[in-house]
Amino acid sequence: MNLHEYQAKEILHQHGVFVPKGVLIEKEEEVKLTLEQLSSSRVVVKAQVHAGGRGKAGGVKLCEKAELEQTVANMLGSHLMTAQTGHTGKEVHKVWVEEAVNIAHEYYLSILLDRSAHCLSFMLSTAGGMDIEETAEHQPAQIVTVNIEPNAGLQAWHMRQMAFFLGLDKVHHRAFHVLIHQLYQTFIDTDADMLELNPLVLTQEGTFMALDAKVSIDDNALYRQKDIAVMADLAEENPIEVKAAAYGLNYISLDGDIGCMVNGAGLAMATMDMIHLKGSEPANFLDVGGGVSEETVAHGFRLLLEQAHLKAILVNIFGGIVRCDLISLGLIEALKTHHLHIPLVMRLVGTHEEEGRALIKQAGIPVLWANDLDEAASLAVATYGEKI
Amino acid sequence: MSILVDQNTRVICQGLTGQQGSFHAQQMLAYGTQLVGGVTPGKGGKTHLSLPIFNTVQEAKQQTQATVSIIYVPAPFAADAILEAIGAGMALVVCITEGIPAQDMIRVKAVLKQSSTRLIGPNCPGIITPEACKIGIMPGHIHLPGRVGVISRSGTLTYEAVAQLTATGLGQSTCVGIGGDALIGMDFIDCLRLFNEDTQTDGVIMIGEIGGDLEEKAAEYIKDNFSKPIVAFIAGSSAPKGKRMGHAGAIISGHSGTAASKFEALEKAGVCIEHNPTLLGERMVSLLKG
Repeated sequence: MNLHEYQAKEILHQHGVFVPKGVLIEKEEEVKLTLEQLSSSRVVVKAQVHAGGRGKAGGVKLCEKAELEQTVANMLGSHLMTAQTGHTGKEVHKVWVEEAVNIAHEYYLSILLDRSAHCLSFMLSTAGGMDIEETAEHQPAQIVTVNIEPNAGLQAWHMRQMAFFLGLDKVHHRAFHVLIHQLYQTFIDTDADMLELNPLVLTQEGTFMALDAKVSIDDNALYRQKDIAVMADLAEENPIEVKAAAYGLNYISLDGDIGCMVNGAGLAMATMDMIHLKGSEPANFLDVGGGVSEETVAHGFRLLLEQAHLKAILVNIFGGIVRCDLISLGLIEALKTHHLHIPLVMRLVGTHEEEGRALIKQAGIPVLWANDLDEAASLAVATYGEKI
Repeated sequence: MSILVDQNTRVICQGLTGQQGSFHAQQMLAYGTQLVGGVTPGKGGKTHLSLPIFNTVQEAKQQTQATVSIIYVPAPFAADAILEAIGAGMALVVCITEGIPAQDMIRVKAVLKQSSTRLIGPNCPGIITPEACKIGIMPGHIHLPGRVGVISRSGTLTYEAVAQLTATGLGQSTCVGIGGDALIGMDFIDCLRLFNEDTQTDGVIMIGEIGGDLEEKAAEYIKDNFSKPIVAFIAGSSAPKGKRMGHAGAIISGHSGTAASKFEALEKAGVCIEHNPTLLGERMVSLLKG
């Protein structure tokens, strides 16, 4: 789960990390109140959207307090197009306004769950404000990675290694150690899977401060992070994905127009790949999961049938725990309220496959049957766009 | 022969009395697996499915001489269950549970490295040696005893490959579902080592997916150490960057973890890569003939 910058900063602040003083604005009328709360003459206005590369896209503006009203008005409601949002962009519903600080040095710092080394890993760079992947590609010597052995945890030498790498003046080492400790603890306490400060700055006054903060939380741990789970901003998510998740379906929207319903994540990906291999593109990833009910399957079919741009639907079920007849019953249920207007290709094998096929034949649903995934993908691509 | 499990393997089940545990335990018993007991804290001394229940894994191991434990414990308690099984010195632990927090698994991995226990999973279908021992949730009837090993990060996609091997008559020596999470126990290399030594495995089907670098690492290993034919498929060629495709571990982060990079690494290592997942069985047939 991704957090907004302002949420990440609030969590960091609770753990003792210095962040610039700021205020969240959702309506233009709130600007006046904001001006009273911030003491610096210049402020930074930052669009709160779940996408990197905001700065380059105009989502971060430094301005005088006198210009704040106009800057906020321009940003709220605008569509921000960054390298990560695609051509539609993201509408800005919230902006974070904070006091500008006097920067002496900028650094990059992140903590990751390193799945290859099986530990938490700090990554630091002297190239603050730069995209870390670019730094890694062009100036790899400017990056240091420090792995934290899980049983022993964060040690003093880890922090010395980082401080000396960054070339920090001795007088700042103590403050730096405190900061690293706080960040490590934040990461552990919140079940984060990524924490990135880009940049982390040393102010002219000698304070380390998180100027930007990006935090993402492990979805699997949200059950024990209830305070954080409620911070989820569903307006930032794809509406179809939000709806699917509410039904207990694992759904991801894609750019193509052949709708898919599959059981199992790997098979769902393989089904997408087969559609691509046959010359078309999948409209979605949809794994109905193992413990699915007839009602959930019906919700899944309705979600697909409600998308006017789809040109065909491919159902690929390898029934093990999932029973094929249950998928058929779900389809029959969905077609009580929704009209099937595009080709529907089905491949049903495994548990109760005969029952599954019989139910659909009895109901008179014009399904195109396929014996294997190859045939199913070929059929979907061949009949693509036909009206039925 | 086979790897890791055979008809003599004695198995206990952590979470036997739960709904999931009960259902799959019955399937395992029906398949002929020597499931000899269960562990549910607080229910020790009772019986369930005619099997004795113990309070602790250590007690279950002592009383039943089991060497393997299968775990059907809900995600919030699963890491603890794995650690208990490692603590009791089980030789093999199979964890089916999906949704274990990553930071819990980091601690599990650290303890695992210092033990002699092997872990399969979590978030996996388990392991099966056809007609000898099924430890997991896979449909047993699609398997056929044979001479091809299967290693996979996915569940249903494994069944797809298994069904093809069965249809072609090659069958399977042992199938291992290593799991779809970012942090798992045994990886491709661990399984390949065992298949390499297994005299009754002639070839291996490897099914990877986007995310992480297990396939790239496996390619490095295969290049110099693995002598048998391998057919490999990687799921997620058409998946977008930065989106988690169902499995917690199936995500392309930045430029790393793409299907293309994995296919390329494996091909360079001499593996027969196949982009069409319905042709894995046929590919293996032609490799073994050739």
